[in-house]
Amino acid sequence: MPELVTRVTVEEIPATAGDPITVLRFSGDITSASQPAVIGTYEGLPETAKRILLDFSQVEYLNSSGIALVIQMMIAASKKGQKINSFGLSPHFKKVFTMVGITKYTTLHADEASACAAFD
Amino acid sequence: MSNKATGISDKPTGSGRTSSNSIELRLPSRLGYEKVAMNTAASVARLMGFSEERVDDLKTAVAEACINAMEHGNKLDESLSVGVVLSMDANSLEVKVTDNGEGPQSKTHTPDIDKKMHGEEEARGMGMFLIQALVDEAEWVSSPPAGSYARMVIHLSNPHV
Repeated sequence: MPELVTRVTVEEIPATAGDPITVLRFSGDITSASQPAVIGTYEGLPETAKRILLDFSQVEYLNSSGIALVIQMMIAASKKGQKINSFGLSPHFKKVFTMVGITKYTTLHADEASACAAFD
Repeated sequence: MSNKATGISDKPTGSGRTSSNSIELRLPSRLGYEKVAMNTAASVARLMGFSEERVDDLKTAVAEACINAMEHGNKLDESLSVGVVLSMDANSLEVKVTDNGEGPQSKTHTPDIDKKMHGEEEARGMGMFLIQALVDEAEWVSSPPAGSYARMVIHLSNPHV
């Protein structure tokens, strides 16, 4: 049972006000094997990206090594002054993200609309 | 969380459960195969009547214990297997995850997100914390050279951690 490949698509959507929002849509597994997909994709974003939205709604399996990659991405974003919002996590992973303290650095939203609105 | 039993020791505690109510798996020390144990534990927990919330808690705990056993216990040596024993009784489900290592060398560490964000703590290293936080009982028993195990229990009477 090999790990499912992490797939990431990048999309830029307009915001109702201010900078556009860069959406990273993850699917598959997010594990220790996901570094190129998660960190590599983040590092490939243009310097102009100031608002980043993480879409976890199609993620099938997430473990602590995958959460660590999300934290690494948040560390890099913090250094660049970027803001990160997230949506699409299951109630269980919302609880896990809260347990490890990630919610101090990203807000977790129920859906894309509310996550986008929270950038304003 | 006050009713939880957690710890690290070198003495097996066990539960005295009978083998007729147990399921055993042997997994290769290859990342990804923890999902076999995770999904088996989830199936058993659902059959026993655990809520989906508790099933999700157990899935994460079992996956993290298996990953630790593969990575730290067996050093990802695919010639070594990780054992998983699920034991049921009327009110609880116990999962033991065994490996060939010496067991964890430190106590469970609560992650400090601020330290992680400032580079003062590694981003990784949350597995044992999650296991302890998500199940009702968790312990790590070190018994070299025979190997070591993580033991986790969830109780039907405990609706939420």
